[in-house]
Amino acid sequence: MTVYNQISENKVKTFLIMFFFILIFSSFFFLLGKYFDSPWGYFFLGLFISSISSVGSYFYGDKLVLLTTGAKPADKKTYFNFYTVAENLSVAAGLPKPTLYVIDDPSPNAFATGRDPAHAIVCATTGLLQMMDRTELEGVIAHEMSHIKNFDILLASIVAVLVGTLALVSDWVIRSMWWNRRSDSDSRSNRNPIFFVLLVISLILTPIIATIIQLAISRRREYLADASASLLTRYPEGLARALEKLKQNSQPLNQATSSTAHLFIDNPFKKKSASFFVNLFSTHPPIEDRIRILKSM
Amino acid sequence: MFITLGLLGVLVVYLIAQYNGFVVLKTRILEALSGIDVQLKRRADLIPNVVETIKGYAKHEKSVFTEVTKARSALMGAKSLSEKAEADNMLSGALKSLFAVAEAYPDLKANTNFQDLQRQLEDTEDKVAYSRQFYNSNVLDFNTKVQMFPSNLIANVFAFKAFEFFEAEEEAKKSVKVKFD
Repeated sequence: MTVYNQISENKVKTFLIMFFFILIFSSFFFLLGKYFDSPWGYFFLGLFISSISSVGSYFYGDKLVLLTTGAKPADKKTYFNFYTVAENLSVAAGLPKPTLYVIDDPSPNAFATGRDPAHAIVCATTGLLQMMDRTELEGVIAHEMSHIKNFDILLASIVAVLVGTLALVSDWVIRSMWWNRRSDSDSRSNRNPIFFVLLVISLILTPIIATIIQLAISRRREYLADASASLLTRYPEGLARALEKLKQNSQPLNQATSSTAHLFIDNPFKKKSASFFVNLFSTHPPIEDRIRILKSM
Repeated sequence: MFITLGLLGVLVVYLIAQYNGFVVLKTRILEALSGIDVQLKRRADLIPNVVETIKGYAKHEKSVFTEVTKARSALMGAKSLSEKAEADNMLSGALKSLFAVAEAYPDLKANTNFQDLQRQLEDTEDKVAYSRQFYNSNVLDFNTKVQMFPSNLIANVFAFKAFEFFEAEEEAKKSVKVKFD
């Protein structure tokens, strides 16, 4: 698969995810409305929320991600290596220089976000910047540059916002149902139990669906970005050494949430994935595999 | 009749697409070329500062200074791509011996101004290397298209010629011998 296929695939997937998100979200609200005896009112509420968050995620997804991670702009003087390495690699990739941000956290990690290369953002933690030498940093930034070039950032940022919305809303629904059941369970005994069952099923299913979407978008992408990064720096060893350092560090990143986890270069929660089953539900490919592939280049 | 017309139409569309493909790649190469020039100029602009700073501590290392200055003016005066490549390689070599000389002066090495200049110089060196890489990968795309069938026919008709690669010569890769006299 070439980079150009990857770009168009990402754009199509972004559109499809938005479409299905609106569809599923609205039907979920329709079911919810059935339970509360006003299906269409809830349907339009669902349509409204999901459309706003889809369109909003396209234009403001990057800013939301920055906001939830608490990142601050990086200036050239303080972060000389970070700044100049990003400058250099954007020259090599033929892209505009991304806007740079820094998260003040000792856990080493980095991510890229934005809707296209002209609106791209690369963000690194202070822990990463302190830990990596210049060649290792080049590897990490080149990895992020590849995500930018392939439009992975568009898909990933939108998924981050949509998964966040889903989590927020399902949380809210569960809570309100809990309170409703307590306050007026006997006054409205005429509710159809089938809808209640359906609702519970979809409440259980939505987080699983969200996870699967996240998985589908992120894992193969990491390998591809590693490969493109090596093409950019002509030095796979640099990124391999950086990943080695990430592997050895076991400090989790506090600012990461489950909806932004897939954006990062390495799993921010740092849970060691040993078994096959855990790997199946992990947003990141095993780092040992990535190092092994890079070293064999 | 209609079939012939249809085929002719397809052929014309194909020719236009090929021609435009060449134009896009060529524009990208020219842009990459000006990118290299920008970085080379930045590098050349830094040199006088570096030389002045080192002179403050190591006045009598005249031969190294003249070599660097000579390489710099060669770079400034270079017109063709191969001249530029050659001058740039010469400058890299001269700078290496300059910094090797600077190693012998602990006061100089401790000077923050010097450290900052050294960092900036290393960075512009990286920038030259990366802009060269970008240029070369675009040239590779273009030259492949110029030589491959059937696009080579179109390249011939519109006189699209293969571009020259910007090569880092062996000179720059060799380690530098340092003379202390």
